[in-house]
Amino acid sequence: MKLRRFWAVFVARNLEFLRDRSSLAWNIVFPALLVMGFAFAFSGNRLDLYRVGVIGEQSHWPDNAFLATHYIRFIPVQNAEQAIVKVERHQLDMLVDPATQRYWINDSAPNGYMVERVLRGSGGAAFHKQAVSGQEIRYVDWVVPGVLAMNMMFSCLYGVGHVLVRYRKNQVLKRFKATPLTAFEFLAAQVMSRLWLVVTASFLVYLGTDLFVGFAMFGSYWNLLLICILGAISLISLGLVVAARISSDELASGLLNVISWPMMFLSGVWFSLDGLNPWLQKLALFFPLTHLIEGARAIMIDGAGLADISGHLVVLAAMSAFFLALGAYGFRWE
Amino acid sequence: MTTLLEVRDLVKHFRGVKAVDGISFGITPGICFGLLGPNGAGKTTTVELLEGITQPTRGAIRYKGEALGPRFRAEAGIMFQNTALQDFITARETLTLFHRFYDHTQPLRQLIDICALQEFLDRDTRKLSGGQRQRLLLAIALLNDPQILFLDEPTTGLDPQARRNFWDLVHTIKAQGKTLVLTTHYMEEAYNLCDEIAIMDHGKIIAQGNPKALLIEHFNEVVIHLPGNPLPADSSVLGLSVMAQRDGVDILTSDVNASLRHLLELGVSLEHLQVRPRTLEDLFLELTGKELRN
Repeated sequence: MKLRRFWAVFVARNLEFLRDRSSLAWNIVFPALLVMGFAFAFSGNRLDLYRVGVIGEQSHWPDNAFLATHYIRFIPVQNAEQAIVKVERHQLDMLVDPATQRYWINDSAPNGYMVERVLRGSGGAAFHKQAVSGQEIRYVDWVVPGVLAMNMMFSCLYGVGHVLVRYRKNQVLKRFKATPLTAFEFLAAQVMSRLWLVVTASFLVYLGTDLFVGFAMFGSYWNLLLICILGAISLISLGLVVAARISSDELASGLLNVISWPMMFLSGVWFSLDGLNPWLQKLALFFPLTHLIEGARAIMIDGAGLADISGHLVVLAAMSAFFLALGAYGFRWE
Repeated sequence: MTTLLEVRDLVKHFRGVKAVDGISFGITPGICFGLLGPNGAGKTTTVELLEGITQPTRGAIRYKGEALGPRFRAEAGIMFQNTALQDFITARETLTLFHRFYDHTQPLRQLIDICALQEFLDRDTRKLSGGQRQRLLLAIALLNDPQILFLDEPTTGLDPQARRNFWDLVHTIKAQGKTLVLTTHYMEEAYNLCDEIAIMDHGKIIAQGNPKALLIEHFNEVVIHLPGNPLPADSSVLGLSVMAQRDGVDILTSDVNASLRHLLELGVSLEHLQVRPRTLEDLFLELTGKELRN
């Protein structure tokens, strides 16, 4: 591989992208508007009235009047530590451990106060209070990693897939083929060009919307950057696989839609995968977007470190290697 | 003289269709070799095989005695019939992009002068005229100072003035001693630029040689063209070979003076008469029974 040739294609592709004003605007303005829209739409109360985590299997819960209260959603919890963090972040209004007769609430959460009153008046007078404190996690905090990752997905898949198909269709690739430029140099330049553009655009959107909305960010920005890079590479590589040899715009659009739409709905962009059909949950694990979103959310909302998200990182790296190999092997100039 | 590019028994099939059907020829250094034929004759397929863009079904192509490989790609310049360039970049940036692909290159300044690119160097390639675009594509093909240059129908779609300008450019390049392979369906272009031509039809070469020598070999007469329909109803009384045309008649003769005297004796009007030599177009018609621009 000659760096000079790689760099030439890299620079030319960047210029093409940056000068295409409509495409550039779509990549930056659209996700920013989406995030701001969500922040505005969900700036009021949450959708659920009250949510209470209960430690232990539901079948082992004692017969307690509080646990039979209507209009409170009781959620079985296995990991008490994680649940306490959710109380700190206002993602749960209360956590109850019937076995030790303890409960946790966030003193600064109005909903926690209301649920505590209900508990006290309905058979929970003997329960001991464990106060916690922490910043509230709003829906917009939860959805931002999903929206940014979804935008990355579209930019990676369509930005590489459509461009390669267009190049092939109008014979730009044929012209490159007639030079000493190798397929590896060309593809590497496409991947790297799209990677830095997508990561930079996402960074700008994050920065810009954070100024107005102010997101929760409990983890390391470096870890977030790492998972963004790995996620983007895996999605770009997936785009390469689609565009490896076809020259029809319609077919490329169809294939990219077939890949991107299920990912958008099943990878947890808009809602948590917890309530999803178990089979669909398993299917979602095959999507790079799922690992990107879950990893990014874990970093931003739970403050997860590299060890905590290592599973997602390994899967994304493996997917990237597999898709890159497949795309490079199947690539045709014409 | 040794051949620069040698072709032996070249065959290319596309889903059962023989686009190229067992052709062989050699191209000597420094000449302009023309591949002529109507649309569908197989000339673009042949030139893409020679360029190494398409792989042959059978046969061999050797450049300087070697199979086409990295050396050929480094030393060949190619101007395709239909090539789009990357959007949103200027002519100068396009030149720079391709310039970086090669180890051995011509100075950009020199190419810009030869191909007269200065006036639109900083213009987006999408906004170039047909002639400007072809000059840029030619400059790209010349970036690596090629020893062999392929021009696939380079003037198709250009207006007559732009075509003439392009021919001047090709003459300049020829004068530098480069070997050219040109495909065209413009006979005037082939006659003007080529030292040797191969006429193709149905994937085969049906005639090959120097254009002037081919005409001398196949024709010893000239054409007297008379507009309208001035001949007697029974043209056999003329004792000459007569061909009806859309706008008059063509009379073939090897002795113009005698034929004109004979026509005057028969009272035929010679107003607006034209005498012209036989052309490559006539040769193609003679060989295949088809017009070249079908």
